[in-house]
Amino acid sequence: MTEINEASVRAEVRAWLETNWNPALGLVEWRNKLCDSGWGAPHWPKEWYGRDLPVGLVPVVDEEFARIGAVGVAKAGIRTLAAATILAHGSTLHKEKFLRRILTGEDTWCQLFSEPGSGSDLAGAVTRADLKGNKWVINGQKVWNTSAHKAHWGLLLARSDWDARKHKGLTYFIIDMKQPGVQVHPLKQMNGHASFNQVFFTDAIVEPEFMIENTGDGWTVATTTLMHERRGADGMRSLASGGGRQGRIYEEEKAEIATTMEPYKWYPQRAGRVDLVMGRARETGAIDDPVVRQEIAKLLIMSKSAEWTARRARTAQEQGRPQGPEGSLGKLIASHVARAAARVHTSITGAASLLSGEDGPLNGTIAEILISVPACSIAGGTDEIQRNIISERVLKMPKEPSVDAEKPFRDVPRNITSAAS
Amino acid sequence: MKFSFTSEQEEFRSILRRFLEGKSPTKEVRRLMETDGGWDRDAWKKINQEIGLTAVAIPEAYGGQGFGCSELCIVLEEAGRTVLCAPLFASTFAAYTILDAGDEAQKKALLPGIASGETVATVASTEESGNWDPESVRMTATAAGGGYKLDGVKSFVIDGHTADLIVVLARTAQGLSLFTVRGDAAGLQRKLLKTIDTTRKLAKLTFTAVDATPLGPVGGAAAPFARTLTRAAVCLANEMVGVAEKLRESALDYAKMRMQFGRPIASFQSMKHKQADMLVDVEMAKSAAYYAAAAVDDGDSDLPAIASLAKASASDAVLQTAIHTIQIHGGIGFTWDNDSHLWFKRAKSSEVMLGDAAYHRELMMRRWAA
Repeated sequence: MTEINEASVRAEVRAWLETNWNPALGLVEWRNKLCDSGWGAPHWPKEWYGRDLPVGLVPVVDEEFARIGAVGVAKAGIRTLAAATILAHGSTLHKEKFLRRILTGEDTWCQLFSEPGSGSDLAGAVTRADLKGNKWVINGQKVWNTSAHKAHWGLLLARSDWDARKHKGLTYFIIDMKQPGVQVHPLKQMNGHASFNQVFFTDAIVEPEFMIENTGDGWTVATTTLMHERRGADGMRSLASGGGRQGRIYEEEKAEIATTMEPYKWYPQRAGRVDLVMGRARETGAIDDPVVRQEIAKLLIMSKSAEWTARRARTAQEQGRPQGPEGSLGKLIASHVARAAARVHTSITGAASLLSGEDGPLNGTIAEILISVPACSIAGGTDEIQRNIISERVLKMPKEPSVDAEKPFRDVPRNITSAAS
Repeated sequence: MKFSFTSEQEEFRSILRRFLEGKSPTKEVRRLMETDGGWDRDAWKKINQEIGLTAVAIPEAYGGQGFGCSELCIVLEEAGRTVLCAPLFASTFAAYTILDAGDEAQKKALLPGIASGETVATVASTEESGNWDPESVRMTATAAGGGYKLDGVKSFVIDGHTADLIVVLARTAQGLSLFTVRGDAAGLQRKLLKTIDTTRKLAKLTFTAVDATPLGPVGGAAAPFARTLTRAAVCLANEMVGVAEKLRESALDYAKMRMQFGRPIASFQSMKHKQADMLVDVEMAKSAAYYAAAAVDDGDSDLPAIASLAKASASDAVLQTAIHTIQIHGGIGFTWDNDSHLWFKRAKSSEVMLGDAAYHRELMMRRWAA
């Protein structure tokens, strides 16, 4: 067997692309070719549309795709979490049924974990899964479900055993979203956007073979999904392949990305838009106010230090050294930066901070910052949860004594929620 | 720009840490801080013979080891961890001034002694006004015979009462100028000031017609000394993150050990969240300090702003960390016997030294808002 290295991979993928890449093909048609050849997901197993390529060599393949302008498999959205979870825990049936259509982009997915009564305490989910006859019957409510209104399939965490301990009574399912028992309603946020949904289950059905792993394994499987969610948090920067090239396949890809990314269009404002600060300070004259200058300086120091802290962590990783604590702080630091940025934008903008939409500065962008920043310290793990993670995993501080983990879940005090609010 | 440490630098750090922990246990810190001198001449010489501290960033041509600012900053960070009582920062500051302003002959004459630890040097710039801006200097230097005479008062001079060589910033008819003066020069009166932080001594120096030798061209000090101040701020910021990290670690160790209400106080969320915030403060300040040291070595044109950013960040972080550390220790933390106050006081003095956070934020904004 010949040795696999950067040069051999580059030569092989280049030769394959030269023979096969054809921008005149339809998006799905082309992606099916990628599935058959293994070049669409080269780090995946050979038997499942991949080539068993070491992850470190994937960028070489990406470079060759970019060089020729070849479109890749569908990568944006929750479907990547579905793929990672199915690859790690799914049965052969799951892999056969779902993986190819994830890669081609034919199926879209959503994640059904959070509930009105369990946000930070995700393992406290109370959506019920009851085995009736030979089918699972699902009742309850999920929330914060991105793209659920478009999704064909959902990754569902539900409680199947109320006598087991909290983390042991959960089971993980793949649920068909297009059925009468599943109702999806948009969830309007305080900033007016509706990027998420609430999903209501009323006797929704899951076929028994769509359970992942076994009953009671739900938390373990969910941990895999969550790990990939954290790791892929910046995978949202999904760019089109064409680089300005024309052709049907590029149009199809662009439309797909636009649909997937639509819920995220306010995310830059959520992060505080530090990039706008100096320009705004100059154009308003606030730059000459010594008090505002100090606040701007504090923000810039924080934002630069955040950037350099991330770079320290990345460099250590690239050099093959273990990351220090600096690698675990990014999420919490981003909240600090966002909050400080919102304060500074307000100081700079003065009374005009009261105005939004076309009456507000930058056609409402400043207003959108001010009312979107509160999401930053909540979404994807609140600041408080981040501090728990940092103190327990990095600083090795003891956990607080638990009052719920060791008793049957039915005896755990919990929120009273009405499923239909 | 890459600014992660190489494995050689990490190795250097771990050697230094062991070495300085051996040389500067708190027992020794407490002994030296009670003396008027504040440091031990024989011990300082020995340290420099064994490992070379001030020598690190002095070029080999002048008797140094020829490393960069990043390596020097590792030394300072480690010295900060142990609140080392030694004229390290003063001599470093003076060495950079001589490197930036001196001519070739002056560098050859003055730097080898500083590198070996034989000569302890310092910089006298700030005056009783407490203004760190060199433009505020009022001390006059007047041409007399073939040389110059200095008249006026300098204050906040680090190790000024013990230094063998003092680099002085003064005003001449041609503008700001640097001079060197011997510590025992006639007409120089040196007074040890009472300070909060006794681990780093400050002196007031009164000059009455003191003979002084120009360092570099008379009237040409403004630009080179501005460069020196930039690098001094980077060095101090790195020393400060060493102080901050040691404070943070001591608070964490204590919280894990201290039992109240039948459990370690480290298991309370109020403690855990504070510690997480302390880690963020210290790591952010470290990133800025390390980046600034790398910017010195890279000759980054934005260095003045980056240096002020690092000093401002370190000033806020080290003081906040010190305050949290005393708080986490509770009553015992407010006692003389507990070591926390040694670091708290160094944190306080470094916060203000060379300009506090607000001062450096304004310097940074002058660069970036222009």
